[in-house]
Amino acid sequence: MTTQTMEGTSFVADPDPPSRARGHARIPLRRIAVVELRKSFDTRAGRWLLASVGILSFLTTAAVIAFSPDDDFTFSTFTTTIAFPMSVVLPIIAALAVTAEWTQRSGLTTFTIVPHRGRIMQGKAVALVAVSVPATALAFAVGACGNVVASWISGQDAVWDQSVSAVPYLLLSLALSLAVGLACGTLIRSSAGAVVGFFVFSFVFPPLLGLLAVTQGWFRDVQPWVDLDFQLAALLQGSFGSEQWSQLATSTGLWLVLPLTVGLVTLLRSEVK
Amino acid sequence: MITVDAVTKTYGGFTAVDDVSFTASPGRVTGFLGPNGAGKSTTLRIVTGLTPPSRGDALVVGRRFADLPNPGREVGVLLDASAQHAGRTGREILRLSQQMMGLPRSRVEDMLELVSLTPAEAGRRVRDYSLGMRQRLGIAHALLGDPEVLILDEPANGLDPAGIRWMRDLLRGYADRGATVLLSSHLLHEIEVVADDIVVIGNGRIVARGTKAELLASAGTHLQTRRPADLRVVLEAAGLTARVTSPGVVRVDADPELVGQLASHASIPLIELRPAETAGLEEMFLELTADTQREGAAA
Repeated sequence: MTTQTMEGTSFVADPDPPSRARGHARIPLRRIAVVELRKSFDTRAGRWLLASVGILSFLTTAAVIAFSPDDDFTFSTFTTTIAFPMSVVLPIIAALAVTAEWTQRSGLTTFTIVPHRGRIMQGKAVALVAVSVPATALAFAVGACGNVVASWISGQDAVWDQSVSAVPYLLLSLALSLAVGLACGTLIRSSAGAVVGFFVFSFVFPPLLGLLAVTQGWFRDVQPWVDLDFQLAALLQGSFGSEQWSQLATSTGLWLVLPLTVGLVTLLRSEVK
Repeated sequence: MITVDAVTKTYGGFTAVDDVSFTASPGRVTGFLGPNGAGKSTTLRIVTGLTPPSRGDALVVGRRFADLPNPGREVGVLLDASAQHAGRTGREILRLSQQMMGLPRSRVEDMLELVSLTPAEAGRRVRDYSLGMRQRLGIAHALLGDPEVLILDEPANGLDPAGIRWMRDLLRGYADRGATVLLSSHLLHEIEVVADDIVVIGNGRIVARGTKAELLASAGTHLQTRRPADLRVVLEAAGLTARVTSPGVVRVDADPELVGQLASHASIPLIELRPAETAGLEEMFLELTADTQREGAAA
């Protein structure tokens, strides 16, 4: 900024002078959700993360066609395989939506425009969990394309082994993944830390718990009740019975509700600097 | 209108803000002055609801900040111009808040123009902004909702002299149209040239507050003469306290008219005679904060 840009411009007055006594409506939650969603995708990093969801869907589809035996070319193979990279990238987007307010310090603005952190978090949660809807649509659309292309390449009839009933299962699995990302961000409130936290949840704990289940007999029966990552994968296979729903509920309580609650309590009390 | 009432903030055993009370009134620019680490920013964060006070209350337009339904429409806030997502463009940052506050889209371009950020600059990411550009963006953001209260923490940081002049005129104009303007600074001159009321804080406590005129009234007279020693004798004979601050320069704790008369009667020519404005407030500032600021022990 030099004096050059200062010249010839009138700074005498704001075009609209401050006016008195205006009644203002409370900012509606819907608007908070829309703006918070926009914030996830209005930076270069955000756009790339979004693009990577699409790119990875196509890459995994291509990989299935290239590397899987022809007998595996079924609709469910494609959709569940596509859901895997989604369940890694989407939670990171969700975690960053929370942590950016602290790591990038934009919270100083966010929380003075809407001075209720709980409402901002509500808006973020609504917006980001809703991302599971287009993601599910994408998974089934790309999966269907992959299934058609695969049958065309293999010369066999396409196997449509999933019905509409599979949609809510995949949707729920992705929605819960996104929620876990949010919980990581809320609890840790630092971008790097939250991403590491999420990777620990989705890549470090599952094999450890799996190993424990293999070596310790007693844990084999306990695992479905306490292993959320295990349940999220199981959801993709669909058709849950009542016991599985209970197991999903307890593992969700442990890995999602508990950290999210602790995170929210500390977040609401913390100081924004 | 901003009312800070007996606000205290402690961190463990450390008291960052200690029983701070002051008022910033409509139509006036209130300068919040204090050395670094005096508690200015903490106080402003308490006013804007970012930091909960340990005790006391801070009200903006008669309400707690968190009770304002759409605070951006009533209170413009700039606490730290660098606290923005580095990957967002300047325009996008304004766009987000414009959308959140429910303002017309045109407001963004109006404000960019007001702070003279060109469309090309507004399209660049904040990462590539100079501190001066960030301050301008921050001012644009604070003014977005056309608020009647402005709270600005060190807004002149990083601005060039022309920018500082521009901001002073902008804040003056805003206050003259009836807005409440509260700005903090650790630089005396900045506050002195723009503020109507001054609140001085040191080590978390208010050490002085009043109108600029009141605070300057006790500042005395600044004069220059070729015969400082003679003049000093005359002034002290009249019961005034006079100090030779540098060769030929005398500071007197009395108003200029009286000092001028005395010098005239004693036939001592003066080179300069004026109210000790800058020096007065500066001295007051240094005096008031001497035992509280970091350099205090040496001074």
